[in-house]
Amino acid sequence: MSRYLRVVLAIYRKDAQLEARTRETFTAMAVFAIAVALIFNFAFQVNPRNVALVGPGIAWAAFTFTGVIGINRAFIFEKDRGTLEGLLLAPAGREAVYGGKLLGTLTLMLIVEALMVPVFLVFYDIALLSWWFVGTAVLATVGFAAVGTVFAAIAVHTRAREVLLPLLFLPIVMPVVVAAVSSTASALAGEGWSGVARWFSLMVAFDVVFLVVSSLAFEFVVEE
Amino acid sequence: MDRRQETRPAQPGLAIEVAGLTKIFGRTTALRNISLQVPWGVAVALLGPNGAGKSTLLRAIAMLARPDEGTVRVAGVTRGHDAARARAALGYVGHQPLLYDDLTPEENLRFYARLHDVRDAGARIRQVLADVGMSHRATSRVRTLSNGMQKRIAIARALLHRPAVLLLDEPETGLDQEGLALLGRIVRGVADGGATVLFSTHDIERALALADRVALLRGGRLVLDASRAAADAASLRALLADEAEARR
Amino acid sequence: MASTAMPATKAAGPGGWRLAVLAVAGAMMLVNLWLIFAYVPTEVSMGVVQRIFYFHVPTVEIGFVAFFVVFVASIWYLVSRKPSADRLAQAAAEIGTMFLTVAIIMGAIWAKKAWGTWWIWDNKLTTTFVLWLIYAGYLMVRAYAPTRAQAARWGAIIGIISFLDVPIVYAASSILHPAETLTTEGGLEPAMRLAHWFSFFAFGVLFVYMTMLRSGQHHDEERIDELRRTTIE
Repeated sequence: MSRYLRVVLAIYRKDAQLEARTRETFTAMAVFAIAVALIFNFAFQVNPRNVALVGPGIAWAAFTFTGVIGINRAFIFEKDRGTLEGLLLAPAGREAVYGGKLLGTLTLMLIVEALMVPVFLVFYDIALLSWWFVGTAVLATVGFAAVGTVFAAIAVHTRAREVLLPLLFLPIVMPVVVAAVSSTASALAGEGWSGVARWFSLMVAFDVVFLVVSSLAFEFVVEE
Repeated sequence: MDRRQETRPAQPGLAIEVAGLTKIFGRTTALRNISLQVPWGVAVALLGPNGAGKSTLLRAIAMLARPDEGTVRVAGVTRGHDAARARAALGYVGHQPLLYDDLTPEENLRFYARLHDVRDAGARIRQVLADVGMSHRATSRVRTLSNGMQKRIAIARALLHRPAVLLLDEPETGLDQEGLALLGRIVRGVADGGATVLFSTHDIERALALADRVALLRGGRLVLDASRAAADAASLRALLADEAEARR
Repeated sequence: MASTAMPATKAAGPGGWRLAVLAVAGAMMLVNLWLIFAYVPTEVSMGVVQRIFYFHVPTVEIGFVAFFVVFVASIWYLVSRKPSADRLAQAAAEIGTMFLTVAIIMGAIWAKKAWGTWWIWDNKLTTTFVLWLIYAGYLMVRAYAPTRAQAARWGAIIGIISFLDVPIVYAASSILHPAETLTTEGGLEPAMRLAHWFSFFAFGVLFVYMTMLRSGQHHDEERIDELRRTTIE
């Protein structure tokens, strides 16, 4: 177990150090999230009357697409210089490599989502921030990262690595997106636990199932 | 410096045990029924023309490639449940340096030291950097280093955790004269310290100068596995030339 | 014949079984057509168009069964590494996707006639559609994989993850649209129920036949690759 944690944390620290130095993935994700929000603003003609209806959807569309970019980047830079192999030489099970990469992507996505909260406040006058929203964001993002990390590791080895991840990822996370949009809407409406309960349990189920299955499956993804 | 302290003490059994190894990539068979046994404390040179399967064999021993048939055992451990322990015993230098461009050599080594739980990492990193003659560039970003310098750092990376089995895939690529001399000293130092080195090369003279044993791959088959005393440059050259002839 | 070659006799075995299954599928399909167009009474409220139900529902059902087959074969492959398990998974996914495609198109036609709209985002339609999309991705990954071994492993992982996702997708769309718009089974007359089940088994045998055929083709592809490997030498 400690061997597992050691490798997970080593990969996480290394990714954090790299990202702190280059800020490549973070910048791409943040700018992309804002761009998506802008496009939806004009696509839906957002105004004070419809913002409560379309706001949560816009937020989660932005977070979902941004997540695709972050998850893909996490593996593309490892693949391009062959360093993915260096991770596979680590003296631990492959699930430790999965855990380390997942944790890095998860952190980046959560940071971008947190930064988008004031953006939504300024542009749409929609105050997303509440404890229920924080819970929603964590549960949904863990789900994204759990399946996304496995799919990105598959996609990066193929010829179509840029397009394959969204093709696999978007239909699979459909229930998470539905749950996140609905519980964000109910958090905005101030419905409390009764409003989010069913969605939270759905997301917890998704997260647990796919964290376990993906950890086990990762070995089969990366072997040659 | 006493290089014998570089490596772990020899363990019972064999360092590398390959039995009936076959590896298929789509429509090509990269390795056919390879069996190879390497004891502790020796350096083995792996010769063979391009495409003979040298890299694939090293990758299979490094547990990066899964055999389609046969087994690979490193330090007595086979892949599967205890692959992690086998990987802890392995040092591997491939064609790519496995370094992060935006980190310095020191930071790269610090990361690999964490992966391998190297004790007293700071001192160990300074030592391996000195061993490959790269102390002066320890804090430049890898991006700014030449290929040869990156190769040296890659070798330092593989030595970092005192591997019991060191695998080097054409390590001389990109190295200058001084680097080649360093490489020779490192290979001998590791083998004389009781660990095992398996390195692939195209240079017959270097193979005979450094190795205790010579193995030769051709078309995915192991066609020669002999002690240095039993192998001579002329016959090795003839075996390699045969292949060139056959392909023509 | 016995002395000519091993491959010839090998190929004759599954080929013979395949013909037998094809014969059964063909006979059942003829009876099925008679049941659907002659035997079953016309439904009162929807009229003759309701007969598409006996094609649409069984093909959806077989589509879901197909992905259960993919799921089981995928686990089997990862555990045993038997190429036959992977061939079954791939063939079932391909044929299953085909069944779902046909089913979704028929469903849309029926919906247009019965409710005046091509599509309703209710829980069943949504789940079917998401499942179809997921397996389109599955087939693309297999097509883009550099080697057959990688296609097999990645396909197996996606096959397992996708199948586990289906109940979650269904739960999510059921909470979203609690109203069951398309419940039909409860109000079926015995004759209609008979036609539905017979059609289910007829399409089931057809599915078995097509999956056998397809997995046989994958087997042939593998043997061609193997022959190339050995003759290049």
